Amino acid sequence: MAITYQKALITANEQMTDTVFLLKAQWSAPTQPGQFFMLRTWDKAPLLSRPISVHNWENGIVEFLYEVRGTGTDLLSQAKAGDFIELTGALGKGFPVENISGKVAVVSGGIGIAPLYYVVRALVQKGCTVDFYCGFRDKPYGLEKFEALCSNVYLATDSGNYGVKGFVTDLLQPEGYDAVLTCGPEIMMEKIAHKAMAAGTAVYVSKESHMACGIGACLACTCKTKGGPKSVCKDGPVFKGEDIYADC
Amino acid sequence: MLTVNLCGKTLKNPVICASGTFGYGSEYADMLDLSKLGGISSKGLTLVPKYGNEGQRLAETASGIINSIGLQNPGVEHFIAHELPDMLKMDTCILANLGGAGIEDYEKGAELLDATDVHMIELNISCPNVKAGGIAYGVKSESAKEVVSRVRKCTTKPLIVKLSPQAENLVDMALTCQDAGADGLSLVNTFTAMAIDLEKRKPIFNNVYAGLSGPAIKPIALRMVHQVCKAVQVPVVGLGGIASGRDALEFIMAGATAIQVGTANFIKPDITMDIITQMQQWCDKNGVKSLDEIRGIV
Ligand SMILES: Cc1cc2nc3c(=O)[nH]c(=O)nc-3n(C[C@H](O)[C@H](O)[C@H](O)COP(=O)(O)OP(=O)(O)OC[C@H]3O[C@@H](n4cnc5c(N)ncnc54)[C@H](O)[C@@H]3O)c2cc1C
Ligand SMILES: Cc1cc2nc3c(=O)[nH]c(=O)nc-3n(C[C@H](O)[C@H](O)[C@H](O)COP(=O)(O)O)c2cc1C
Ligand code: FES
Repeated sequence: MAITYQKALITANEQMTDTVFLLKAQWSAPTQPGQFFMLRTWDKAPLLSRPISVHNWENGIVEFLYEVRGTGTDLLSQAKAGDFIELTGALGKGFPVENISGKVAVVSGGIGIAPLYYVVRALVQKGCTVDFYCGFRDKPYGLEKFEALCSNVYLATDSGNYGVKGFVTDLLQPEGYDAVLTCGPEIMMEKIAHKAMAAGTAVYVSKESHMACGIGACLACTCKTKGGPKSVCKDGPVFKGEDIYADC
Repeated sequence: MLTVNLCGKTLKNPVICASGTFGYGSEYADMLDLSKLGGISSKGLTLVPKYGNEGQRLAETASGIINSIGLQNPGVEHFIAHELPDMLKMDTCILANLGGAGIEDYEKGAELLDATDVHMIELNISCPNVKAGGIAYGVKSESAKEVVSRVRKCTTKPLIVKLSPQAENLVDMALTCQDAGADGLSLVNTFTAMAIDLEKRKPIFNNVYAGLSGPAIKPIALRMVHQVCKAVQVPVVGLGGIASGRDALEFIMAGATAIQVGTANFIKPDITMDIITQMQQWCDKNGVKSLDEIRGIV
């Protein structure tokens, strides 16, 4: 699919929690689960566009679920329906939905939930059974949509105010799953990947990196893989666990 | 109207994409018509493939970015076999940006490139992100003289030497490279800079220092280009923070024959198309029929 750079009309930018927003914009070209866009709603400052995953793409609308972290995401949160957003995408290689079947565990940590809804939808559509494991610091968000599609939803929070107190990494037993998909903090993904690899279950991780171009041109986002250096933006952001993490 | 002659080669316009910010061109092919560009400079190449630097490679600053890529590249031979053939089909001037870990590497790299159809060699003696080679030759005029004169013997291609703003004496450096056989000069490469992670109480970059680029450096780059243009006879390619047609024209008025656009490609992937249009419009509006009329008038 060709990468395009376009201005897109924002149709909604809803606040989900104190810091999390869901932005919707018109985008008719197909996007794959796990892909992302470089986006901006500002002119020349801050200089770089921000990488944000596709949360969902349906009926010509692309959705982004994002957490306000700094200048860029703060500006993004101020955008209103009717404004325009500059999008470069869809970028990268997403989850290999075509190679996944059977019983799948999808594991998120915090805002790592963002790219996972679209892939859950695609997996359920092709007949997979999906269990969703999620970890949040405190109050969870966006779970209703997962509850509607998944066989089970397991929740862990740091605070213990919702779900089980503890880490989502402790909830997952990868045995019995055909594949594990995960997105979240680096240490969480590493733990999940090691657990899955030890159980002989295929595991896919969605990585983050600082990015300037998002298209494989600047080499800012290079990571080491079994097959040599790869660009997170172009060859990823989704990688097979064994390509990134040494065998345990 | 915007056509320029750079070291004997006619460019459609003076806008060249800067090394390291435009990959090998193909990455941007979906988003703009590459044949409308004046030229493309490849990612910095070395004789031996390089992984580049470990750790975080990028930080954003006010109106700029700091990078610590460290010349990640697949090596000159891989470039010649795989990336160059596609680049030569792009119908624009192709510059191979050549770095080296030592003089022999530069020489061998230049010999290999000389045997190809690449249009020009841009000799990078100014990368602040590699310990050996790179900027090691770009600070003292004496060491630049040696590299440039030896590489000069290895190629008959137009040889443009890319200078560092960290040169001890930039004008002297420029004159030395000209006298050592450079057909042209490009400047500037990035400024050595730094960023600190407060929470970790550590530098962001493993190498501690890294290279600053983008609009933040434009006024200083412009001054340097002006000083060098006043001193040398060979054509100068100006760069550093150019993000609009007006920025580009400032460099032309300062004396540059052509300009390069680097970091601004990250603001908007087709910003070079805007820059070309804006230059054209300014010339139309101001009755300028050729850039020769305004080049170096300041
Ligand atoms: C492929 C990919 C997909 C992502 N998807 C989402 C998503 O769906 N939802 C979401 O909330 N966040 C996502 N992120 C993280 C998001 O890009 C950062 O939170 C955001 O860039 C922060 O920008 P800022 O200006 O608010 O913060 P600042 O701290 O002001 O940003 C400063 C600079 O650092 C970069 N940066 C800061 N944090 C990160 C980070 N974690 N990863 C990469 N670069 C960072 C910024 O892009 C910017 O260049 C994704 C990151 C990547 C690489
Ligand atoms: C990510 C990045 C990678 C770069 N890599 C190279 C390189 O390989 N060789 C080189 O000569 N210059 C390299 N540069 C320097 C640019 O070509 C240019 O000289 C510098 O960024 C100043 O121009 P700008 O402000 O328009 O970016 C790089 C710059 C950036 C931002
Ligand atoms: S962000 Fe430029 S190569 Fe990945």
